[in-house]
Amino acid sequence: MKKERSYRDSVHFSGRIWMFCALIMMLAVPTSICVYYDAWPAMSGVLKGFLSVAPIFWTVGVIEVFTYVPMLGTGGSYLGFITGNLSNLKVPCALNALERANLHAGTEEGEVISTIAIATSAIVTTTIIALGVLLLAQIEPFLESEIMQPAFDNILPALFGGLAVVYVSRNWKIAMAPLIFMIALFVLVPSLASSVGVLVPVGALIAIGVARLLYKKGLL
Amino acid sequence: MEFNPNSGFMYTLVAIVIAFVILQSVVFLVKAWKRGKELGMDVKLLRKTVGSSAIFTIAPAVAILLGVIALSKALGFPLPWLRLSVIGALTYETTAAASAASAMGTTLSQPILDAKIFTAITWVMTLGIVPGLILVPVFGKKIENGIVKIKTKDQKWGEIFVSGLFLGMISAFLGVVFAHVSEGLTGWIPVFVMLSSAIIMLLCGLARKAFKAKWLDDYALPISLLGGMALAIPITTLVQTIAG
Repeated sequence: MKKERSYRDSVHFSGRIWMFCALIMMLAVPTSICVYYDAWPAMSGVLKGFLSVAPIFWTVGVIEVFTYVPMLGTGGSYLGFITGNLSNLKVPCALNALERANLHAGTEEGEVISTIAIATSAIVTTTIIALGVLLLAQIEPFLESEIMQPAFDNILPALFGGLAVVYVSRNWKIAMAPLIFMIALFVLVPSLASSVGVLVPVGALIAIGVARLLYKKGLL
Repeated sequence: MEFNPNSGFMYTLVAIVIAFVILQSVVFLVKAWKRGKELGMDVKLLRKTVGSSAIFTIAPAVAILLGVIALSKALGFPLPWLRLSVIGALTYETTAAASAASAMGTTLSQPILDAKIFTAITWVMTLGIVPGLILVPVFGKKIENGIVKIKTKDQKWGEIFVSGLFLGMISAFLGVVFAHVSEGLTGWIPVFVMLSSAIIMLLCGLARKAFKAKWLDDYALPISLLGGMALAIPITTLVQTIAG
């Protein structure tokens, strides 16, 4: 037990340093472009643009931290939140790896597996994007051909369909209520599709509420 | 200095940021690998995790690449490349860039060649993703301790609690699949694709049992993802033909 804390603590320590460096680096990118080209934008323009994205994206950002950190584990969180593409890639990847290894998030073995999964995923993603940009002339006709469009348009349904079979079948008693609620909600209010991130914790609250009731009654 | 979104300077920035991300990933990978060995975990399991995660990542990564290509028409390659390799998410960057452009009185349908508009867009895209970078170091440990506390109090409930979080996320993303069904038959295409992917996953499970093919376990999700995407092509054609 003591050893576990020290591993987690060391990941927290180095993770915070990495994250601090990432923050500085992220802010240095626009700053250096402004300095290099001597082109500082009008504050009002930046503010206006920022105010149009911040209400949604800052809210989603905050929600993501509170919902994904328990799923990704310590190392996975520091890595996942820097490398990005969480809900469409990193979180499903970590979930799948944990499931295959038959481990739970939050245990130390689970921590090891999710960190390895997310690190691998980050390296592969970065490599594919780099190769893709470098070989663009060769692959663009294929990627942007009309035939391929439906495949890329439907990547999220294809991803979550497979994932759902594994998770919903194992926890169907807890899964039914949030699932029915979400399907009904999106059928009735299709415009909510763009703010799906905000609805993740709503689904989680319903699932946890139902789970608590069933657990108390000894049905789980 | 004349502004060019595809200049050597911009590519240098991309190179630095990508080197950072790769380095961090390798450091965390090695650290976790060592810890896994210390814990007596089977190296085969660790290797399989790398293999299946890598294969699983390919299709979503190509989708992200398409996002880079789409944004490159207005912003050049370096900025979208950089933003989508670090922190950025496909859904976020496109919206952020479009909102910033419209706030500056322009659109992304044409190349952005005005340096001031370009830097404004860069700032908006950057500032929009700051929360995660600040909140994880500040609250990450507290959130984790909260989960540990629930688990020490009641191990089983702790596990159910985390499953509840997973299911919340999965149900929200499954719900979104139904967002277009009111538009008629073509709105059902994502639902059909989701069902095909689910059926492929079930078939993988059956095949694994029937042929005792344990390896199928590791690749079932990539197989159902790619299978679902591939089937999206005939499904779309078929539905469009029926819907006329």
